[in-house]
Amino acid sequence: MLDLQKLINTYGISGDEGEISDLIASLTKDYATEVYKDILGNLVVHKKGNGKKLMFAAHMDEIGIMVTYIDDNGFIRFGMVGGVDKYNCLYQRVKFKNGTVGVVGYEEKISDIKNIKVSNLYIDIGAKNREEAEKMVSVGDTAVFLGECIVQNNRVISHALDNRIGVYVLIEAIKRIKNNKNDLYFVFTVQEEVGLRGAKTSAFSIEPDYAIAVDVTDTGDTPECNVMAVSLGNGAAIKIKDSSVLCNREVVDALKECANKNKIKYQLEVLEAGGTDAGAIHLTKGGIKTGAVSIPVRYIHTPCETADLCDVENAISLIEKIEF
Amino acid sequence: MLKTLTEFNAVSGDEDNLRNFLVNEIKPYADDIKVDITGNIIAFKKGKKSDGSVNVVAAHMDEVGFIITKIEENGFLRFEEVGGISDAILLTQKVEIGDKRVSGILGVKAVHLQSKDERQNLIKMKNMYIDIGANSKEEAEKKVKIGDYVAFASRYTEFGNDKIKAKALDDRVGVYAILNLIKEEYESDIYFCFTTQEETGLRGAKILSHRINADTCLILEGTNAADVEGVKEHERVTCLGDGPALSVMDRASISNIKYNDFIKKQADENKLKYQLKKTLNGGNDAGSMAYGANGCMTAVLSLPTRYLHSPISVAQKSDIDDLIKLSECVLKNIHKLCPVRKEVIK
Repeated sequence: MLDLQKLINTYGISGDEGEISDLIASLTKDYATEVYKDILGNLVVHKKGNGKKLMFAAHMDEIGIMVTYIDDNGFIRFGMVGGVDKYNCLYQRVKFKNGTVGVVGYEEKISDIKNIKVSNLYIDIGAKNREEAEKMVSVGDTAVFLGECIVQNNRVISHALDNRIGVYVLIEAIKRIKNNKNDLYFVFTVQEEVGLRGAKTSAFSIEPDYAIAVDVTDTGDTPECNVMAVSLGNGAAIKIKDSSVLCNREVVDALKECANKNKIKYQLEVLEAGGTDAGAIHLTKGGIKTGAVSIPVRYIHTPCETADLCDVENAISLIEKIEF
Repeated sequence: MLKTLTEFNAVSGDEDNLRNFLVNEIKPYADDIKVDITGNIIAFKKGKKSDGSVNVVAAHMDEVGFIITKIEENGFLRFEEVGGISDAILLTQKVEIGDKRVSGILGVKAVHLQSKDERQNLIKMKNMYIDIGANSKEEAEKKVKIGDYVAFASRYTEFGNDKIKAKALDDRVGVYAILNLIKEEYESDIYFCFTTQEETGLRGAKILSHRINADTCLILEGTNAADVEGVKEHERVTCLGDGPALSVMDRASISNIKYNDFIKKQADENKLKYQLKKTLNGGNDAGSMAYGANGCMTAVLSLPTRYLHSPISVAQKSDIDDLIKLSECVLKNIHKLCPVRKEVIK
C-alpha cells in the first residue's frame, strides 16, 4: 500500500513522466535483467526468459491541465491534458509540479453553467498580480488534480488511480515472478491519456508475440448508472472489447484458463466507450496478439476514483501466473 | 522566393509541380535526395562531425484547397474541400483549377435572389459551385475534369508595416525556411524534408517517420495568430511581431521537454526572439513524427499567421527572419542535444 501511495503522489502527467518513471525504475530494478528508458520516455523493465516474448503495458501518465496564459491580475488560463471534463474540474484543486496549488473557477457572468467552455475557466493560485504569479508558474507548466489517497473498507479513493493502480499491479507482479519461462517486457508507457502514444512506439520497438495492457475500466454498479457487467470487488476484469480493441481470442482464453486454474477471481469486461494501450499495440507492425487485464474503478477521470483492493490483488495474481 | 513558393498551387495530393521545383533548388546543397512513394522529399546533408544521431527538419509542401466532384449540365462545377476550410470565407473567391490554372469563381445566387432565411444564415459549401464561365457541360469538360484540384487564386503582396499577404503561408514559410537552412553547413547529419498531405491528416510524415528512424525532428509550420479584434487576450494563440512560436502541446503531439528547453536556451543565449503558443488546439506533422516507428524527440516552431487557411493570410516579415535565425541556431547546435535511444538505468 505504501508503494501505491508513493506512486499516486509522484508527479507524472502526459508528456512529463520523468519523476514517476524514476520511481518505478527504483522500485523494480532489483528484480529485472535490465531497466531502460526509450527516447519518448517509456520505461521498460525486462525479465529475460527463453520462451515467447510477452509484453505488459501499463501507462504511467495521468490527466491534468496546462497553463496557456497568465493575466494581469495573476489568474491563469489553461487547456486540458487528456480527457478532463470541464464540469468535473470546477472548484477542484490542482497541484503543479513545483508544489504550487490552485483552484479552478469560472467566469461568473455566464448565467447557464451548461454553456461554459474551457476558455471560461481559470485557475486561482492566490497571486496578487501577473508578476507574482509568474514567479510561481509559467506558460507551458502542467498541473494534476488533487485528491488525497484514502483507504476505507478495503477500498481506495484517490486521484490518478487511472493508472497508478495498473502500474502498482505490474510492479507487484515483477517482484513476485521468479524463473519465468516467457521473455517478459514490462512497459510503463507515456502519453496514453492523449492518444495511446507511448504504447505505439514501444510495441514497435519490442515487437512481442503477445501483449497485455493493464489499465482501469468503468463499472456498472452505482445508482442509476449505464449498464455494464463489471462491479467493484468481483475480481480482475478480463477485457473482451472496448472502443479501441477487440481482444485476441487466444489471449482472452489464456487469461480465463489461468484464472480458473489458479482460483483467481475474475469478471469479463465489455467496455462501450473508452480505450487502452491495447488499442495501439494490437495494430503495430504486422499485428500483435493483444488482450487486457483491467482493474474496475468508479468515477474515472475525477479526483475521487474508487477501486477495491481485492480486485487489485486478483489482477496481480493473474499477471504473475499468465504464461504463453 | 517566398513569392514564388506561395504562388505554386499544391493542394494536398497534388504537390508534384512544387516538388519538382524544390528538388531542383536543393540539388546543389544536398548529398543525397530521395522522393518516396507518397511524394515526400528526403534530402540528406552530411555534417562536418557526424555523431550518428539522426536529425530531421521538416515542413509540409501541401496547402488546403478543393477538388472537383461533378460537372453540372449548365457548366457549373461542384466541389469538396481538401483540408480544413471555413464556409464563411468562400463566397465569390477566385480559384484556379488543375495544372492549366483555369480561372473560376466560388459562386452562389446573388443576395437579391436569396430568401430571408438564406441571407441570415451562413451559406454552406455544399450549396456553392464554381463558375468557370462555361455555358454547358460539354464546354466545361474541355477545360476541367472530375478530380481536378482547385487552389485559391491569390498573389503574394507586401503591405502595411512589414507585413505580407499571400495564400498558403501555411506552410510555404516552412518550405522557404528549409530552402535557406539547407545552404548552411552543420556539425551533425541532417535530413531536410518536405512532406505531403499534412492538411488531410499528417499523412506524408507518417510514412516519413518509418523511412527515417529519426532521433530528433524539428517541424517548421504556420500557425494561427489571433491578435485581432474580438479575441480575448488569453485566446490569442500567437501575435504578429513577437517572433516564431514554440509549441508546448497541441492535439497531435506533446513537444519533447528536453528539446523545447534546448530551443529556449539557444534563443536566450543568442538573444533571438520567440513566443510560446498559447492554446493547445491544432496539430501538425510532429504528431506523425513523434509517434511513428520507434518514436523521436520533436519540437515545433511556427510562423504566426492571421487568417490561416484562407486566400489571404497575413504575416510579418521580421517573424519569418526570426524563425529562420532560431531554426538555424538550433540545427547548428543540435549535436549538443544528445538524444539517447536507450538509456539503461543502473
